[in-house]
Amino acid sequence: MKELIIISGKGGTGKTSLMAAFAYLAENKVLCDADVDAADLHLVTAPDILEKHDFQGGNTAVINKDKCTECGLCIDLCKWEAISETFEVNSIECEGCGVCVYFCPEKAIDFPLNTCGEWYISDTRFGPLVHARLGIAEENSGRLVSLVRNEAKKLAEEKGLDLILTDGPPGIGCPVIASIGGADAVLIVTEPSVSGKHDMQRVVQLANHFKVPAFLCVNKFDLNKDITDEIEKFAKEKGLTCLGHIPFDQIFTKAMVQGQTIFEYNSNSSSAQAIRKLWGSLLEKL
Amino acid sequence: MIISIASGKGGTGKTTVATNLAIAIGSDVQLLDCDVEEPNSHLFINPVFEKTITVTTPVPEVDEKKCNLCGKCDEICQFKAIIVIADTTVMTFPELCHSCGGCEKVCPENAIKETSRELGIIQKGYRNGIEFVHGKLRVGEAMSPPLIVKVRSFTKPDKFTIIDAPPGTSCPVIASMKDTDFILLVTEPTPFGLHDLKLAVGAVKMLNIPCGLVINRSDVGDNKVKDFAKKEGVPVLLEIPFDRNIAEAYSRGDMIVEKLPGFKEKFLNLYDNIKKIVS
Repeated sequence: MKELIIISGKGGTGKTSLMAAFAYLAENKVLCDADVDAADLHLVTAPDILEKHDFQGGNTAVINKDKCTECGLCIDLCKWEAISETFEVNSIECEGCGVCVYFCPEKAIDFPLNTCGEWYISDTRFGPLVHARLGIAEENSGRLVSLVRNEAKKLAEEKGLDLILTDGPPGIGCPVIASIGGADAVLIVTEPSVSGKHDMQRVVQLANHFKVPAFLCVNKFDLNKDITDEIEKFAKEKGLTCLGHIPFDQIFTKAMVQGQTIFEYNSNSSSAQAIRKLWGSLLEKL
Repeated sequence: MIISIASGKGGTGKTTVATNLAIAIGSDVQLLDCDVEEPNSHLFINPVFEKTITVTTPVPEVDEKKCNLCGKCDEICQFKAIIVIADTTVMTFPELCHSCGGCEKVCPENAIKETSRELGIIQKGYRNGIEFVHGKLRVGEAMSPPLIVKVRSFTKPDKFTIIDAPPGTSCPVIASMKDTDFILLVTEPTPFGLHDLKLAVGAVKMLNIPCGLVINRSDVGDNKVKDFAKKEGVPVLLEIPFDRNIAEAYSRGDMIVEKLPGFKEKFLNLYDNIKKIVS
């Protein structure tokens, strides 16, 4: 079984549109949306939710006013300034470290487990999908990412499927680290802009740091051919394979508005052909 | 006044709006790039950096001579950053530590002292009348909020401060938006843009901060973003139509307020509207 994660560093380079196109092309796979903070893959794949589960991640301090003697020790101990002078815990600020709970001399602080999101196993016209929704302003996105990846793996084993295709989050922080650790490969989708190139370089460093094999593709390559050349030069220097180019094409937006993959919208377009070729190269590498 | 520029979805134009607004205003303005995972504003502002500082966070170090393996540190740590194995060994995992200070405080033998883990760097510089600060998360570091808080500590109350926030709606975004006077959301009129805008508006409401909307590439996609904004009472303060010239200017790192006619006025108008809403 192989697990491929699509990441980009910079947001909006076309990860999810490309992922949806791959979902159309790939066979015997489980789809997984690891962008739990702003998941969008379901907007194209239109899942029928088969299973829905709560995600519990971390605890939050709650002060029991009946027991609290307002000694103020918790306020002094809290590194996040999450406890007000009136002994209310700001749940957005609370890190869930439990230090106040441990040291409260009156045992007046409860520490309930949070339900901070949901995760789902669904059926789509492309096959099974594991996805999730982290609550707004919640923490522990990394844990939820690990959870959906594990569930996708279990599902692939159960159903005897040999590929897990995962849509990753933007950035290089906690949820991205949780998305790529131990994967067979990452495909980095970049675009030829000063910011696309900058962010791609950081995400390449991240993949190297965690020793995950990385491949590159340049979306909207004809927007700025000079930067596309610079990206390719960088890739060559770093020993990265650039597997393909996709043109700058409004057809992606049009397909998205219709809730379709680019192949369902117009499989003869030059962009669709480019993606088909990219997918072929990627399969060879995997 | 402090405003933050945010969006649920990445790549909608946060940095374009933040940098062009700063350049259009031109003086007595600060731009703080809080997208510390992938900071981009400097590529457009091209500031002359005059200062770089390394930001660290405290993590525990155990003096094994003093440690009697009582396990209290393991018990208090919620993040599995310090563990006692089979009553024979104590191990720390600095990358997992949230720097709560619990282990050091709970240790009866005073065997734990503070060392540090690098979170990243902060750079400060100028371009004409614009003061620029950004954070760069160390590659491999998972926790961005403490670095974001540090970038925001450079806020000067007598300036107009613009914060370029990261995408999403989780903790790094909240760290960038909280305690600001106004949140400017940037989206595109597509299903992904709308879906993530709904999440962003949810986060803004939770923080109870006034907000407005910029619709980028406003003539692609459909009308559902505008319908949603109207229903939620979020004013649309600027629309930037799709134009390949804008996309190309952006790709080179050029400012649209400098390269394309009419945009400086549009951004100054946006500035005036924000000031009106906040006052």
